[in-house]
Amino acid sequence: MTRFVVRRLAGSALVLLGLSVITFTLARVIPSNPAALYIGPKARPEEIERVTRQLGLDQAPPVQYLTYMRDMLTGDWGTSIGTKRPVLEEIVSRLPATLELIAAAMALAIPLGIVLGVLSARWQRRPPDVLVRVVSIVGVSLPAFWLGLLLQVVFFRNLDLLPLSGRVSADLRFTAPIEPITGLYLVDAALGWNWAAFVDASRHLVLPALTLAAFPIGLIARMTRASMIETLDQDYIRTARAYGLRDRFVTYRLALRNALLPVLTVVGLTLAYSLTGSFFVEIVFNWPGLGTFAVHSMLNVDYPAIMGIALFGAAAYVLINLVVDLAQAWLDPRVRLA
Amino acid sequence: MAIGLAQPVVGAPPRGFGHRLRRALLTDPLGFFSLVVIVLLIVMAIIGSAMAPYPMQGEGASSVTTRLFPPSWAHWFGTDLFGRDILSRVIVGARGALVVSVAVVALAMAIGVPIGAIAGYSRGRIDGALMRLTDLFLAFPPLLLAMAIVAALGPGLDHAALALAISWWPWYARLARGTAISLRERPFIEAARSIGIPDRTIVLRHIVPNSLTPILVQATIDIGTVILAAGSLAFIGLGASPPAPDWGLMVAEGRTYILDQWWVSTFPGLAIFVAVLAFNLVGDLLRDLLDPRQNA
Repeated sequence: MTRFVVRRLAGSALVLLGLSVITFTLARVIPSNPAALYIGPKARPEEIERVTRQLGLDQAPPVQYLTYMRDMLTGDWGTSIGTKRPVLEEIVSRLPATLELIAAAMALAIPLGIVLGVLSARWQRRPPDVLVRVVSIVGVSLPAFWLGLLLQVVFFRNLDLLPLSGRVSADLRFTAPIEPITGLYLVDAALGWNWAAFVDASRHLVLPALTLAAFPIGLIARMTRASMIETLDQDYIRTARAYGLRDRFVTYRLALRNALLPVLTVVGLTLAYSLTGSFFVEIVFNWPGLGTFAVHSMLNVDYPAIMGIALFGAAAYVLINLVVDLAQAWLDPRVRLA
Repeated sequence: MAIGLAQPVVGAPPRGFGHRLRRALLTDPLGFFSLVVIVLLIVMAIIGSAMAPYPMQGEGASSVTTRLFPPSWAHWFGTDLFGRDILSRVIVGARGALVVSVAVVALAMAIGVPIGAIAGYSRGRIDGALMRLTDLFLAFPPLLLAMAIVAALGPGLDHAALALAISWWPWYARLARGTAISLRERPFIEAARSIGIPDRTIVLRHIVPNSLTPILVQATIDIGTVILAAGSLAFIGLGASPPAPDWGLMVAEGRTYILDQWWVSTFPGLAIFVAVLAFNLVGDLLRDLLDPRQNA
């Protein structure tokens, strides 16, 4: 196991290094005048000159890359043109909102996707299976931004059940302010025994989380179904059945456990999907997270911010993959011995 | 589709594939639905202006007297802020949606397939290097790389398409590599090599053409996914610019008055959803038909 971990860590480090080359190329090599981009549209010639020196743009690309790496590693990711604050600080301060959204969506998608997938496999080619397949294919075909808008119309405008957008009601900071501890409002509200805020934050979370969960639900259900069907077809399951073990025991204890291993990969994949998926959901629901920041940066050509977000997202993805691989190796000896 | 010698096709559909595909598309209700949608999309892409009730408005001409009309007999999908008939714009917009996604998939294939074929055919160091490169592009979360590229190049439909292709080719490289690896051990490739045909010719004339079936299947499925991705980019303002009848852009334009004039965003979004759904359903059918387990 140790060898596997070391090998996998080394691999991830290499990928990160490669990623930094790509973001460096996008940030410094492709634009014709990166310094002007870094200052923004109102760049004065003397400013451009200053930034050119500061970023080392007058030097050879390999030297530039080394400076770029040094800056990234020491936490100097540049200053956002839009907010005039350090990019890394912006990313870190907005991360909890996005994490809360992704966590809520995953909490919905993983159990629901697995249950649907198992049902589908158990009733293969019968009505429940057909229904689940339709649900899951609809889930992966729905544009998240459009689904979000529809949910707003139905649950806010027509039914008046749930709030339209934002993380909490505007008046909450007067009636029951949340003490920031983790930045995750649900957790903070719970830690502060702030029931009113907890309810308010949960209500705001429902629609965005549901929107973000649609795609993962479909994907996880499909993967679980395929994996479950394959597992149920194996000899040890047939043997178990021949011994007369109860169907429930065979399905849930013997088959499901093994069938879930490939599902883990898909869960990792959907986590990564959710990172960019949350961008669109955040825009629709005015969610003050990383996605809103990312999209505003892209529209305003806030170059340092865009490149920071790209590198951050890629690094997060590499990390997620690493964790998934390690979890798989831990659960399944075949993976780590291969 | 095979060029040159009569070769067996790797990953090829089993015998009677066309027949069974036709049967699935015509008898399975979901298959039939997707067939109808895709045919309709293609027809709209070709003669959209002739089908649209208000072709000029479809292209972008405004009509001040009909602003934000709800759906009615005169305007089935209602009208938008500039009084344009939304049905017409959805119909005219089919061409852009289809052209962009076909272009993206074709470009991604043009980059990915040769890289994958060379990697799979040559094995060894070249393979290792090319696949490391491929993995790097796959190490970005979906769409994030495309967004960063569009941001670097500046917003616009052409840049969005280019960016999507750049982030999509690695999938084709992987697929092509897989088929190339199994092909290179085949007798007809060995025969070609032994009579001294240069590697370049072997890859171009034999490996690539014979890898195309699974790749084309994947491409069909991907067209839907790319429509969704391009729509997403357009929605956040990184794709087509007004007054283009772009579905994603239309959803974004209607967002401001979604609560009272729900139809402005709803119908273009529905167009994206139905188009993506149709391609995904066809993809599912193709996968089912190609799955060797089910053919046994």
